[in-house]
Amino acid sequence: MSGFSESGMLPRTARIRELINESPRVKTFVLDARIIAKPGQYAMVWIPGVDEKPMSISRADPLTFTVANRGPFTERLFGFKIGDNLYFRGPFGNGFVIRAVKNVLLVGGGYGVAPLRFLAETALQKRMVPTVVIGARTASDVVLEEAFKELKVKTFVATDDGTAGIKGSCVDVACSLMDKEKFNAVYSCGPEKMMVALAAECGKRGVKCQLSLERFIKCGIGVCGQCACGGLRVCHDGPVFDSRVLKGVDDFGKRTRDASGVAHDL
Amino acid sequence: MANVCVSLAGISLRNPTVLVAGIMGTNAELLCRVGKCGAGAVTGISCSLEPRSGAVNPCLLELGGALLNCVGLANPGVEAYCIELSKAVGASDVPVFGSVAGSSVEEFGLLAERVAAAGVVAVELNLGAHSCFGRRVWNLEEIGKVVEGVKSRVKKPVFVKLAPSLGLVDNAMVAEAAGADAITAVHSFGPGMVIDVESGTPVLSSRAGGMSGPAIKPLALKCVYDVCSSVEIPVIGTGGVSTGRDALEMIMAGATAVGIGSGVYYRGASVFSRVENEIKSFMNARGFSSLEEIRGLALK
Ligand SMILES: Cc1cc2nc3c(=O)[nH]c(=O)nc-3n(C[C@H](O)[C@H](O)[C@H](O)COP(=O)(O)OP(=O)(O)OC[C@H]3O[C@@H](n4cnc5c(N)ncnc54)[C@H](O)[C@@H]3O)c2cc1C
Ligand SMILES: Cc1cc2nc3c(=O)[nH]c(=O)nc-3n(C[C@H](O)[C@H](O)[C@H](O)COP(=O)(O)O)c2cc1C
Repeated sequence: MSGFSESGMLPRTARIRELINESPRVKTFVLDARIIAKPGQYAMVWIPGVDEKPMSISRADPLTFTVANRGPFTERLFGFKIGDNLYFRGPFGNGFVIRAVKNVLLVGGGYGVAPLRFLAETALQKRMVPTVVIGARTASDVVLEEAFKELKVKTFVATDDGTAGIKGSCVDVACSLMDKEKFNAVYSCGPEKMMVALAAECGKRGVKCQLSLERFIKCGIGVCGQCACGGLRVCHDGPVFDSRVLKGVDDFGKRTRDASGVAHDL
Repeated sequence: MANVCVSLAGISLRNPTVLVAGIMGTNAELLCRVGKCGAGAVTGISCSLEPRSGAVNPCLLELGGALLNCVGLANPGVEAYCIELSKAVGASDVPVFGSVAGSSVEEFGLLAERVAAAGVVAVELNLGAHSCFGRRVWNLEEIGKVVEGVKSRVKKPVFVKLAPSLGLVDNAMVAEAAGADAITAVHSFGPGMVIDVESGTPVLSSRAGGMSGPAIKPLALKCVYDVCSSVEIPVIGTGGVSTGRDALEMIMAGATAVGIGSGVYYRGASVFSRVENEIKSFMNARGFSSLEEIRGLALK
């Protein structure tokens, strides 16, 4: 078969090959499939008859998602077992722009580290030197630390309560690293307020920084406008934006919209 | 140099391209962005009285030349909608239209009045939504009543958006007789369906959805041709337009302006300026100086 069925726009199905409990709330799903994608792109994961939600690609081969249990859809997903089939479409979105610079700093909060794992793998293939900071509330919420260590990526952990790694936010740790060492670029994904603070710190130091945003995604291809962050379509223009692009965007760090388009403060 | 300005129901447009309702029209910044991308005018998404979340995902599929959607009239409700639209009116370089989708004659009147008061240049009545979105399909008599009701409450131009149904031409004539200032033809086709053969499940969450995009253009064009043959009021020829040639076909079928929606996906948000430039280069090459010389050529 050829044509649109293979364009990624219609669902593909794959068996769950492996499940990894990352934390009490986060699970990694490894599928018997691969996807041609760039780090920072996402797939739409479909449970027929239930819903379809955006998930960052945390590895392309084998296709892997790292999912936090937050509500009805992810709760259903957590009930899936090895051998069950998952459906997905994609890839969608733009992905990180990876220039072949040397030292790059990856800063992830919560399940935001998911796309950074794929990014680290790709950076290593390009002979870049990635360093990662994983932020979490407490020790048991730290995700993918082992995965980064397996890749031999310099890994730092920051927890709000100091139960693992350094006590403090991942932004604090990123700042002290940037003050010690020269980084050519910073890549981040996580809670938006965290990324606002990180972008400001990068700005002060003149380091270029790309952030991956979240908004309510429906169409995935930039037509329905549901995921608007100011005049940006997160699903298609993003989800990754250069912090300089976000500077003039009123909604950034402040407002998000639900499935109907009603605005809520972040 | 070819002049591509048009006058649509008394509204001057710098070119005939209009962003249709339902595409990128969720907030003021996106509407302004589409204006900067070259649109002659922009339309907000359709609004209802209360917020609507619409259908769950998947609600839009790309099928290689066509989109199938069951977005289902998701909108933040008329109050939030009017705030966004009045911001857009203040900031946009081009005319802003509002779109309303009521569930009764009375509600259409109420919505149109509120949206008109938000400062938009014209109000479009979405009378063409599919039943698969849980919306009513409006019959001839109801269309007349809705338009009359709105016209008695709104002093601004009122556009009537119609479905490509068998009754399209009759519906357009009834809308004209009831005082419509323009017809937007057409809404999406269908409904259509895609079934995932692995799971045996329709992929769209509402099972079926409206079809739009390049694949429907010949169908939409014939609809526009038929409507233009039957009414005097201007027509916004809509359905599958993504190139200057598509737009020229619509204009030759008698359209005054040309709606573009799915073309935003097929050629990017800059589709508006690209279509404008393609129309101009055709006109320059053929020695046409204004769109009046082209309009309705195929009707003769
Ligand atoms: C580009 C992108 C990449 C993402 N990557 C991951 C990932 O790798 N791992 C992960 O665990 N989560 C990821 N998410 C978030 C994930 O989509 C939501 O957690 C999920 O949709 C929650 O659904 P639910 O039914 O379980 O919870 P709900 O109770 O329905 O929602 C909880 C919260 O999730 C968000 N959400 C719900 N539906 C959507 C939607 N259609 N689009 C965007 N956000 C939504 C809303 O903020 C909502 O408040 C990503 C989101 C985006 C936009
Ligand atoms: C995702 C999507 C949402 C739409 N929402 C609306 C809407 O809210 N109101 C409306 O009148 N038409 C809506 N339409 C129909 C379009 O305005 C247009 O009539 C149709 O898509 C055909 O034009 P196109 O081929 O240029 O997209 C929608 C279409 C799509 C694809």
